Amino acid sequence: MTASPANPTKVRGETILSVDNLVKHFPITQGVLFQRQIGAVKAVDGVSFELRRGETLGVVGESGCGKSTLARLLMRLETPTSGRATLEGKDLFKASGGELRRLRRNMQMVMQDPYTSLNPRMTVGDIIGEPFEIHPDAAPKGSKAKRVQELLDLVGLNPEHINRYPHQFSGGQRQRIGIARALALKPEVIVCDEPVSALDVSIQAQVINLLKQLQGELGLSYIFIAHDLSVVRHIADRVAVMYLGRIVEIGTEDEIYERATHPYTQALLSAVPVPDPEARDQRNMIRLVGDVPSPADPPSGCHFRTRCWKAQEVCAVEDPATVPRAADPHPSACHFAELRPTPA
Amino acid sequence: MTVNPTPASATPEGGHLLELRDLHVEFRTNEGVARVINGVSYHLDAGETLAVLGESGSGKSVTAQAIMGILDTPPAFVRSGQILYQGEDLLTRSEEQRRQVRGKEIAMIFQDALSALNPVFPVGWQIGETLRQRAGMSRADARRRAVELMDLVKIPGAAKRIGDYPHQFSGGMRQRVMIAMALALDPKVLIADEPTTALDVTVQAQIMDLLADLRRELNMAMILITHDLGVVAGVADRIAVMYAGRIVEHADVRSLYKAPAHPYTKGLLESIPRLDVRGQELSTIKGLPPNLMRIPSGCPFHPRCPYVQQVCVDEVPHDLVLGDGRTSACHFAQEVRDDSVAR
Repeated sequence: MTASPANPTKVRGETILSVDNLVKHFPITQGVLFQRQIGAVKAVDGVSFELRRGETLGVVGESGCGKSTLARLLMRLETPTSGRATLEGKDLFKASGGELRRLRRNMQMVMQDPYTSLNPRMTVGDIIGEPFEIHPDAAPKGSKAKRVQELLDLVGLNPEHINRYPHQFSGGQRQRIGIARALALKPEVIVCDEPVSALDVSIQAQVINLLKQLQGELGLSYIFIAHDLSVVRHIADRVAVMYLGRIVEIGTEDEIYERATHPYTQALLSAVPVPDPEARDQRNMIRLVGDVPSPADPPSGCHFRTRCWKAQEVCAVEDPATVPRAADPHPSACHFAELRPTPA
Repeated sequence: MTVNPTPASATPEGGHLLELRDLHVEFRTNEGVARVINGVSYHLDAGETLAVLGESGSGKSVTAQAIMGILDTPPAFVRSGQILYQGEDLLTRSEEQRRQVRGKEIAMIFQDALSALNPVFPVGWQIGETLRQRAGMSRADARRRAVELMDLVKIPGAAKRIGDYPHQFSGGMRQRVMIAMALALDPKVLIADEPTTALDVTVQAQIMDLLADLRRELNMAMILITHDLGVVAGVADRIAVMYAGRIVEHADVRSLYKAPAHPYTKGLLESIPRLDVRGQELSTIKGLPPNLMRIPSGCPFHPRCPYVQQVCVDEVPHDLVLGDGRTSACHFAQEVRDDSVAR
């Protein structure tokens, strides 16, 4: 395999991407000619985390929690309202020109929908080879076709299909094309935004295995955004749980899935259907009432308090910080963080 | 082991509430004929929940559309088979007679509530429309009943929200509106086609609970069409697994999860990531579902099957009856089940 980590001497486990208090507010305006801002959708509202080299950080949450906006911010497809992010020590949002191009090479994205994220009029070879047009130094002259074929082989597609069009491939194969495109520039960080949610169960497993295998071979770091907690548990080393633009709990896979202290995480986990009919009556489910409030008008204090069974007055007044709690030493944004009592 | 081409369990006195017999549906397109449903037989009795499980293109939704009589014709044509509702074949009825069955006897809810609702009318008006048209209610009565129905599906502040438009509701609430519409004429059978696929997991749990409660309260029979093995495990009594337009396995839900008897079911169960187990590698089903214009010879699953033998390429497997009302359309059903038990 020719595609190896850009620099094998880099230490696994050191911080590669660091995000500090990232905020993105989308303005809501009124009026046609004289537009004035009447509010803001707080899509991402102060998110901080670190991604280490070679690890997978899962980001889970329901629709509207800001996880996709987070991905778009990191890819610089959106400009943040405030906050900082550094990739290998370089500021992602201050970079411009050549420096930005170099940073972008190092961070690529796999999109959710393999049907709409590939240009139907381009051949697979052109799609996967397009990054080389933008970054000509990534593939020496004349080696482009060979490189594309290597990438096809790497993601488990037939290299002879280089001249085919996206519609000639199934959903799972198209997602492999998307992955090959993301790998073309040998990035170190890949942001995967719901990469398997559009795929059937039997195909989903193939793509997850591929992502894991590529991570092992190439030493990639993933930010893996998904709403399916079972999939995230399978692939992630650490997990961040988002609710209304904030990370409410973050920890290792074991800390989140076995020792969650935030009520939202606990409810989310308990709502996942378990494929075992024997567990039907024994599961001790937490039923959340109502829907996620609008991010244009989030509740005061703790954003989760309107659906929380533990909510007290302090929750409406004081915004809980995402800090380690007494119940378990991983960050959790709840005034009353505690482990879930094991069902008797 | 006996070979039996008809459904396994015995017909109760007076027959099943709903029974499909050897249904064949094809799509005639310019590129050729796609055989979408190839001999589907299943039945449903009052008060029970049957899950129809399959991946995209397996024919699970087309079967439901055939029952409802809402297939797009052309390109879809029912080639043969029977759909018996209370003993009478719906396929031989006139369009007007089928319309009387739709909604009143058999109702359906769809996956995407936003596109299933009309964006330019208030939801109360849409729920009431059925009542005015079909039950002959006055506007005022229909409105009153619409509020009751919205209460029934636990939409908070029903009386206040009756004049709201679909876009003013969240995804979960829209799905509740759909359910209220389906229940308007008190149907005996409710077909739910991927009712929670577009919803978040906490909302999904609310909707599945609601459906289970309503089914019990109103003593309806329910056909739950889904691709989610987790959802099925939570609510279904029986399960029919579809692949390439056929039912490949049919069993009660507990014994199917305990010991699948078809290699496809077995592969599916092994390939889902589990919340309670962190495995290293997921096992996969190799290859892709078949193109329905060129279904493989013999058993349609044979190109992807780890148990494949020459007989699978040559002969279409019949439904093997495995006892307890289970059937499996596999030449090696017994072996597969024994392997599953040993696992």
